[in-house]
Amino acid sequence: MADRKTLQAVMISGRSNPSPGFGMQRDLEVCKLVDTTTCIGCKACEVACVEWNDMPFTPTVFDNTYQTMPETSYHFWNLIKFNEHRNPDGTIQWLMRKDQCMHCADPGCLHACPAEGAIVKYANGIVDFNQENCIGCEFCVSGCPFNIPRFNPETKRVYKCTLCSDRVGEGLEPACIKACPTGCLKFGSKDDMKFIAEERAQQLRDNFGWQNAGVYDPQSVGGTHVIYVLHDATDPERYGNLPKNPQIPWSYTWWKWLFKPILGAFALVGGLGILFHHVTNGPRVPQPEPPPKDGTNA
Amino acid sequence: MSSNAIDRFDDKARNTFEHAGRTTIYRGELLRHPVYTRVLHWTVALFFFLALFSGFALYLPFLFRWITPLFGGGELTRILHPYFGVAFVFFFAFQVMNWIERMLWHANDSRWMRNVREIASGEEKMDPPETGFFNAGQKLLFWEIVCGCILYIITGTIMWAGAPTFGAIAVAISYVVHDIAAIVMLGGVFIHIYQSTIGEPGTFEAMIRGAVSEAWAWTFHPAWYKQVTGRDPQQAYEEARQMNNSRT
Repeated sequence: MADRKTLQAVMISGRSNPSPGFGMQRDLEVCKLVDTTTCIGCKACEVACVEWNDMPFTPTVFDNTYQTMPETSYHFWNLIKFNEHRNPDGTIQWLMRKDQCMHCADPGCLHACPAEGAIVKYANGIVDFNQENCIGCEFCVSGCPFNIPRFNPETKRVYKCTLCSDRVGEGLEPACIKACPTGCLKFGSKDDMKFIAEERAQQLRDNFGWQNAGVYDPQSVGGTHVIYVLHDATDPERYGNLPKNPQIPWSYTWWKWLFKPILGAFALVGGLGILFHHVTNGPRVPQPEPPPKDGTNA
Repeated sequence: MSSNAIDRFDDKARNTFEHAGRTTIYRGELLRHPVYTRVLHWTVALFFFLALFSGFALYLPFLFRWITPLFGGGELTRILHPYFGVAFVFFFAFQVMNWIERMLWHANDSRWMRNVREIASGEEKMDPPETGFFNAGQKLLFWEIVCGCILYIITGTIMWAGAPTFGAIAVAISYVVHDIAAIVMLGGVFIHIYQSTIGEPGTFEAMIRGAVSEAWAWTFHPAWYKQVTGRDPQQAYEEARQMNNSRT
């Protein structure tokens, strides 16, 4: 896998013609599996992410939870979200969820992006930002249903988790996976991860009494390349606002890709139509015709 | 009170510009637009087109590669577009102060609009006698641009600051409203450019030299002709026609 062919681009932002890598390879789609039921909140993945991507160490913010800081930032792409959830029977759960880019099969950021080549989706499912092509418009922030892209006001560009595309392209697992001590993070093909996740959910339902345990792989964005096993898949919101039904704003779907070209065509045809008015009806000239030569009227 | 202040400002601006520039009115011509109005018009037009083209670069993926090089690449296009827009709205605001009294809508404007088909098709060779300094079509464009500017400022500010400030949904809605405002205005500007150049010959001169022929005035703006010359436009037209006939 070291020949980097997994990094063939199949979707490129700001581009209407087929992307060069489309349908060119048989490599599997990759997937990160996060089992929230075995996450102990050790933050090793956070550190591994900062280490591998060579990002500066930022001061943590204590907000009375076991969370490193309130939100991810442009140089902190991976955050364990913590929530103390109170069950109806009075018991308490400490929910830990690894929050990072979900690498959607149908990425809202990519649909929203006007800059050619700033966002690409590789054949292996990774959605990557190419900062050298980014124009800093922040539409991706608006297009993402998971609130992931982060704007750096210094560089005027947007950053997020790359699913370690640089490692995956060389046949390595992402840094966060490598660091996880409990096996709560797994990495492999989408099919394999989906299978393991379903097995684990079944186990949780059968043996641990989590009747609603299930896998989070939202089909409203075509499925994601980061999937979760949740104790209660019917209420993902309790895991640090994981949306139950993530939606790309229609501004960046049918409005941008259907109605905008149609409106543009209307404008073009309208402009031509006005010129044709000159051909069919001619100009309206000052009366009487021809105007008096010396311009006087008396 | 405030309208007086605006009038005073406009008078002063017109005076200043009249000293800086010059409008030559030949015999048989009338002053249409003073220097101040002309300078404002072309400043607004310049920033309109800069904003339009830089906006089109970001409007469609099909156009990104075509247009961004004109503005020095995608990043610079994105940086410049809001400033072009702000400059457009800023200078248009002066034009609003300059023109607002003449742009107020009257009952005869609604009558003009009801005849718009005949006027546009050229069936009506002359505008209705009560047509003043601006006809209803021009007023409609003016107020369309005023509405457009308000929408641009609101939606543009939301998109300029971005989703982190105003939220993803506000940006997504602004994105659509901004597009619609731009396309509607573009349609209006297409008609404006056509009518003022090849559609009604003599009009372009009004914005370049500031002067129009008397025949142009009594044909397209009879009430204004009557106001500035004190003569009856219909009578003036008849006299000119007879003079033409006697010559041939």
